[in-house]
Amino acid sequence: MNYGRMRFVAGFLVIPVALYVIYVIAPYAQAFYIAFTDWRGVSASPRFVGTENFQRLLGDGIFWGAVGHNLLLLILMPLLTLVIALFFAFLLNAGGRGGTGGIWGSKFYRVVFFFPQVLAIAVVAVLFQQVFRPDKSGMLNAPLIALGLEPIGFLSDTDVAFWSILGVLVWQAVGFYVVLFSAGIASIPRDLFEAASIDGAGGAQLFFRVTLPLLWDTIQVGWVYLGIAALDVFAIVWVMTAEQGGPDHSTTVMAAEIYRNAFQYFKFGYASAMGVVLFFFTIGFAALALRLSRRERIEF
Amino acid sequence: MAISKSRAYAREERRRRLGPLSVLTHTALLIWTVLVAVPIVWTFLASVKSEDEIFGNAWSLPASLRFDNWGRAWEQAHIGQYMVNSIVVVAFSTFGTMLFGSMAAYVLARYRFRGNRAIYLLFVSGLAFPVYLALTPLFFVVQNMGTIPLIGQFIGLNTHGGLVLVYIAYSLPFTVFFLAAFFRTLPGAVAEAAFVDGASHTRVFFQIMLPMAKPGIVSVTVFNVLGQWNQYQLPLVLLTSDRDKWVLTQGIADISTAAGYDADWSALFAALSMAILPMLIVYTLFQSQIQKGLTAGALK
Repeated sequence: MNYGRMRFVAGFLVIPVALYVIYVIAPYAQAFYIAFTDWRGVSASPRFVGTENFQRLLGDGIFWGAVGHNLLLLILMPLLTLVIALFFAFLLNAGGRGGTGGIWGSKFYRVVFFFPQVLAIAVVAVLFQQVFRPDKSGMLNAPLIALGLEPIGFLSDTDVAFWSILGVLVWQAVGFYVVLFSAGIASIPRDLFEAASIDGAGGAQLFFRVTLPLLWDTIQVGWVYLGIAALDVFAIVWVMTAEQGGPDHSTTVMAAEIYRNAFQYFKFGYASAMGVVLFFFTIGFAALALRLSRRERIEF
Repeated sequence: MAISKSRAYAREERRRRLGPLSVLTHTALLIWTVLVAVPIVWTFLASVKSEDEIFGNAWSLPASLRFDNWGRAWEQAHIGQYMVNSIVVVAFSTFGTMLFGSMAAYVLARYRFRGNRAIYLLFVSGLAFPVYLALTPLFFVVQNMGTIPLIGQFIGLNTHGGLVLVYIAYSLPFTVFFLAAFFRTLPGAVAEAAFVDGASHTRVFFQIMLPMAKPGIVSVTVFNVLGQWNQYQLPLVLLTSDRDKWVLTQGIADISTAAGYDADWSALFAALSMAILPMLIVYTLFQSQIQKGLTAGALK
């Protein structure tokens, strides 16, 4: 019996663990070593160069620009997405007709808001490349040109391009969090809203005094997810922008620089050093988020 | 009696306060609906426009419906081929992910053995790693797999088999994490009864525990199908040279870059529509399941 049990456990684990170790653990472990070499993929054995790659990174303006963009996204993308999503989730659930089962048409809104979430990020990037076109065939510039105004270089103006990217990221993310927060609000007992109403709370007070505090756990989960997503931005920048991170490096992000250095310049050692920096950003963010979110849970 | 009266009063009171706001509420919700829907509808319209119309005013309607654009995208731009490739890859990788993921999760959740905790933590730690760090070594791991005698030709670079194995490996952390939590919550009595009747461990898993875990399995399957279908980064690195093997996201991104020179803009929009349409149909049919699946994934 016991022998069969152990054989069963081993039999069930061997393939998943093997796949995971070969394709995930081993590459991560190697990446840390490669970061300390000057490997360019051609030589059989990478040469160990110590911290040279990291020292060069310190003086790499493009990379620090990318880090800056990631940090800006890390703050703004969760903030904008969560605020907009909370607003709509509240309107859908507690607003309108007395908060009993959501307002008229709330199911329709939830379905439509979620659309962007099921589209591939590469498809979204191509879609918005067309939306942002600088001439009269661009959706946003057509009315401007018709009014005789200067068209906006949404993706070609170095001052604007980054904000266009941010807009697309928020556009895609909001729907998911509307649904997530709606589920959260739906699980708040109705009595609490009713008691607050009897005590004379208005819409704004219901939101800030009842909904928001009771939803805090869910909001924090969303914040962590969006933060990690902000550090992982790649396809939007790579597919949508000129020079893949341009114009003039104004939209580039860490992931794009890692990909460019590894698979276009074949500087594998240097790219891995960037990867190590990204790794510490991600781990640091996750640790910080977990620490900050350690708060007493509210039980209903 | 008094309670139900005050409830009715509360509802009435809230309606009185929020009533005038409901016009504003619907206006706000409709604005976001338009923001989400218009770029998508606009793409469908552009997909049946002529080249001249696409370069004309963005907001003009097509004079006639040119469905030949769709034919050209399907045949000449190989969208048909890319879509088949995506379906094949995602079908195999999702099946593999669910099979191996649920096997590992089950054993880790319900059997006590030495190293259980370590293996579980190994899997879960993968949740926090940024994939970009592993890209370079992963490329070489897959390249080396290609040199294995006999099976190498199926799992090396530029093979669907190689991509499937990588997708499975990178989907395991979340799958194991989620399903292990799910298996832990299942009651053990039914399984014990089956053991008493002489069922083997394997049989108990496939015929009793797996069907009982169906809600969790469905959620994670939805999550994995969407994630793997929308994946762009991994195929970009692992399916570089052989265009016939490309998946849909690669094909779409490529048409948009190539459209600068080739300039078959109508076909680009048709290709985009073809990438969007099946996702919207599948999503609309299964929207409540998909929304539940994804929010459950985020809340665990």
